[in-house]
Amino acid sequence: MKLFVCVNQVPDTETKVKVGQDGKTIDRSEINLILNPYDEFAIEAALQLKDKFGGEVTYVSAGGDSHKEVIRKSLAMGGDKGIHIKTDSAGDSYSTAAILASALKDSGADIIFFGKQSIDYDDSAVGTMVAEMLGLPSASVVVKIDADEGAKKVICEREVEGGKETVELSLPCVITAQKGLNEPRYPSLKGIMAAKSKPIQEISAAPAEPLTEVIGMRKPAAKQGGRILGTDKSAVPELVRLLHEEAKVI
Amino acid sequence: MKIIAFAESTHGSETGSRFKKVAFEAVQAAVRLAAELGGEAEALVIGNGVRNIAAELGGYGMKKVYVVDDKRLGLYSSTAYAKVVAKAAGDLAADVVFFPATALGKDLAPRVAVKLKAGLAADCVALKAENGTLTATRPVYAGKGLIDVRINSAKKVFTLRPNVFSTSATNGSAAAVEDLSVSLEEADFSSRVTALTVAKAGRPDLTEADIIVSGGRGLGGPEHFDIVERLADVLGAAVGASRAAVDAGWRPHEDQVGQTGKTVSPSLYVAVAISGAIQHLAGMSSSKYIVAINKDKEAPIFQIADYGIVADAFEVLPELTSELKKALGKD
Repeated sequence: MKLFVCVNQVPDTETKVKVGQDGKTIDRSEINLILNPYDEFAIEAALQLKDKFGGEVTYVSAGGDSHKEVIRKSLAMGGDKGIHIKTDSAGDSYSTAAILASALKDSGADIIFFGKQSIDYDDSAVGTMVAEMLGLPSASVVVKIDADEGAKKVICEREVEGGKETVELSLPCVITAQKGLNEPRYPSLKGIMAAKSKPIQEISAAPAEPLTEVIGMRKPAAKQGGRILGTDKSAVPELVRLLHEEAKVI
Repeated sequence: MKIIAFAESTHGSETGSRFKKVAFEAVQAAVRLAAELGGEAEALVIGNGVRNIAAELGGYGMKKVYVVDDKRLGLYSSTAYAKVVAKAAGDLAADVVFFPATALGKDLAPRVAVKLKAGLAADCVALKAENGTLTATRPVYAGKGLIDVRINSAKKVFTLRPNVFSTSATNGSAAAVEDLSVSLEEADFSSRVTALTVAKAGRPDLTEADIIVSGGRGLGGPEHFDIVERLADVLGAAVGASRAAVDAGWRPHEDQVGQTGKTVSPSLYVAVAISGAIQHLAGMSSSKYIVAINKDKEAPIFQIADYGIVADAFEVLPELTSELKKALGKD
């Protein structure tokens, strides 16, 4: 199978968000960048399919030079090669999807994987947009994959409110991965060494204009630390009273 | 200027389809903002057997509802639904489409946005009519930041976070209902749902729940979640968990609240034996009221909790459950 995984680089989940000088984006001066956590489930899913059916796994990432790091990190988990689409403009979900779709349109991919969302802008949109731009079926927020190469189809389970949907897709297709799909492997020392000699091709991004514009960024109003009602169960009646009379939530 | 609200329903059953609460949220937001912009609002309902519930949206201020009722739309199909919505939006000359930011809306909106060449503002928590257009506020970094976004394309798509946009009760009015026809072929169903499995019947889903009770590592083991579940049952609440509890294998992944789990905004969030790592706080700090029960008085969760009790959860929770039972008349 010809498998592609689109990977992204995002600020670490430990990051304390500060607004940057432009007043529109995060202050990047002290942040640690990591491989987007949901992409690890996408990578593991692709590697498992390669183990089962053979073929190759290619990682694709669009962004500045630092995106090579996440491609290298992905290659350390396994897989064959990377494509770095070089672009320095930030863009939005639409322009990012257009850049990725343009790079993938003649790739001959059987399945293109994404994490279900990047944990920076949390749009949950790019993977499904790429599917639409390429005219491919897709399933998002996937927690189980059963691929049938002979029948040219994939059966997935996706998480929905209060349950799961079983989704049938014809190949080629796009899948976005949710936590729970698998347990991503750790890169072995051998894998890390091997990744250093795996090829990363650099290509230039297709022109794509964002359709949205960030006007401003701010921190949410800090929640006031509230009242400590007590240090044992004698505080319970007061809590019940406050929930009922003050908060009016019960 | 016309706003179309996609009114999400259970869309599957010929006899028993019903609207989800998010449908009323999207409908009322569309009616309000269209009025502020001097435009009009209409709603779109699609599925199997949904025609007979469509008029209900009139009770929420919507005068006109378009329906695509087709047996093949009883189960969701990303590709077919997108074709139907984009065709309807085109035929109705919609400038703006609202979706709920649900599992369905988050899957459908990106496809519709591409078909309409529309910019997408996802998971909005506020929408303002300003200078003849809409400005959206949406969380980024799991709520550690908020951005204001403007869409510059002619067509615009927004998804609205559930539980954030207010709804009032129905006034009982009926909307005018009109059928739309969209021709669908087998090829339009290249992505299709073949079954819907409902899990955990009887308890609301985390992202839809008005009250959530979550447990953390301080509970010491999966068997101790029973005190959390009993409290949740009395409150009709959903049960959540911290990442630590999920990674330890005590709870399923879909229960996780936080930056790599669900972001939730219930009216009441009860954090039981959760210390409050930054990733967890990001996922739940937009809850209207937060109660924290933890024996460590230095736990960061107390910094954002409205009401805290510094005590052992095993002592406090059974007492709280029984007091609430009395207060709610469930004794």
